[in-house]
Amino acid sequence: MKALPDWAFTAAVAFCGFAFFAIAHATGNAIWTDVASRILVYGLAAVSLDILVGYAGMVSFGHAMFLLCGGYAVGILAREGLVSGFIQWPVAMIVSGLLAALIGPLVLRTGGVYFILLTLAFSQMLFFLFTGFSRYGGDEGLQVYPRSEFIRAVDLSNPDTLFIVVLLVVCVALYAMQRLAKSPFGLVLKGCRQNEKRMQALGYQTFRYKLLAFVIAAAVCGLAGAMLANVTGFVSPEYGSWQRSGELLVMVILGGMGTLRGPLIGAIFLLMLEHVLSEQTEHWPLLLGVLLVLVAIYLPNGLRTVSVLFRRQSNVS
Amino acid sequence: MSLFLEQCLNGIQISLLLFLMASGLTLIFGIMEQINLAHGSLFMLGAYFSVLFQQLFGSFALALVLALGVTFIIGIILEVLVFRRLYGREHLLQVVATFGLILIFNELVRIFWGVAPQYSAIPKALSGAISLGWLDYPSYRVAVIGVSLLTAIGLFVLIQKTRLGMLIRAGADDRNMVGHLGVNITVLYTVVFGIGAALAALAGAMAGPLQSVRPGMGEQILILTFVVVVVGGLGSIQGALVGSLLIGMADTLGRAYLGSALSFILPPAAASGLTNALSSTFVFVIMAAMLLLRPRGIFARSQR
Repeated sequence: MKALPDWAFTAAVAFCGFAFFAIAHATGNAIWTDVASRILVYGLAAVSLDILVGYAGMVSFGHAMFLLCGGYAVGILAREGLVSGFIQWPVAMIVSGLLAALIGPLVLRTGGVYFILLTLAFSQMLFFLFTGFSRYGGDEGLQVYPRSEFIRAVDLSNPDTLFIVVLLVVCVALYAMQRLAKSPFGLVLKGCRQNEKRMQALGYQTFRYKLLAFVIAAAVCGLAGAMLANVTGFVSPEYGSWQRSGELLVMVILGGMGTLRGPLIGAIFLLMLEHVLSEQTEHWPLLLGVLLVLVAIYLPNGLRTVSVLFRRQSNVS
Repeated sequence: MSLFLEQCLNGIQISLLLFLMASGLTLIFGIMEQINLAHGSLFMLGAYFSVLFQQLFGSFALALVLALGVTFIIGIILEVLVFRRLYGREHLLQVVATFGLILIFNELVRIFWGVAPQYSAIPKALSGAISLGWLDYPSYRVAVIGVSLLTAIGLFVLIQKTRLGMLIRAGADDRNMVGHLGVNITVLYTVVFGIGAALAALAGAMAGPLQSVRPGMGEQILILTFVVVVVGGLGSIQGALVGSLLIGMADTLGRAYLGSALSFILPPAAASGLTNALSSTFVFVIMAAMLLLRPRGIFARSQR
């Protein structure tokens, strides 16, 4: 089976999004669009993390700090009276990218486990920093009011409009990321994951490539954060909690790392599962935890492994 | 002056608790190359079991020993059921599995004890204060310092002087070679993991009366422990000791004195705002500075 071309996959995502939107409205479940926007935003964050984990082999356990960064960029600008989304969203991306450019050289000095622990430590640092900022709500968070303003016809306080905007932005970003992954730059990153020494011997300054990947992933995640602030209407340090970073990693694992498309599926699966489980029992994290342990031990390639199993069986029969 | 001394003693006490956590984490990493996010959960379990046994038997010392034993056994069960299957796999999978374990343990604690903080009493004999010349210092904290110091010394003796310690050191150097020499490496891993779990439980049980015993209590100290092992050098016990002292003292003194230091250079309003934000991030600044000087930690192991 040949994989879908990038444009076709992106178009399929857009189509599914609009179909979902139509069904939700036709069946009188317009409230679903709110959940769907949230899932799309987390999906984009997970896809940006996959650039690091699945391509460059950089396991970041602090990726949610860029959600926090992007979210607060929107929240703080809105509080200070700058409400244009044309300014807010790019600022969210730039600030997140700058933050990554600042801590990137520190966390990239060593690899492997140190990278995991250091990204975690820096995300915690940001978490505590915002907990202490009493001007912007401290640990209680900050209302995002008003929502980002674009042109008059686009009113983001309407969940339907917001869903359409989020869907379009996510599709564009998804397409761009897939192209990026196939570009020479993406291939160098892939080479770093497989054998960084060999890439260096080939004359590539792998540090620069990895730093740039870190910055790009951060900027995209910052964009997701800016959208998340609009979806929830609220930002708090919890955006950057290490549990959130862990969830993003889980999405990447579930969907299959190094595929870019998988993490989007992983996000849908994880958030739907959380949603369903939390309606069944208040102790749903227990079940989720058991699932994660089992996935790590038995399904290291994520849900793809399951689909491969099915395919083999159908070939046999 | 006496206030400063008190802060220093507090810093030492926190440093030693951190060392108990960091030594287990660094042993497990040094020998098995295993990253264990659930180490904080073992800390939490130690605290909860000590509360449980206190209620059952009424003796703090007995409860402490029993909590250690039970967590040691839980550690061994965990190693056999989960960790053994993850050695040599990608760190990413170890992160996901141990992240799952954190969720499991936090939820189990919520199911058995509820969300309300539990109260771990300071034993009567240690509820007073000891006069140390310049100041009166709570005797419970003195006892914590004493027990932690004894444990640290015991750990060094264990690692430097006994056969088990020799195997641990050899395993940290080259575990394959140790396995080829006929040592049952599987049992060694299990024992080391159990020891790490027991050390975390000791820290948790002793920290119980000093902070609230609640679900998720292990996570804050876990993050600090990570900072410690990064600063000290992963896999090195000496590094864990030096790192804990540096981070524990910096954290305590930073929280105590950063505010007054800032108010010298900044207007009061700005200073108080900054203090809140900076005092909890001070240790991370130190970590970043250390990374610039020694990227692999103070006692970096040679690269293989």
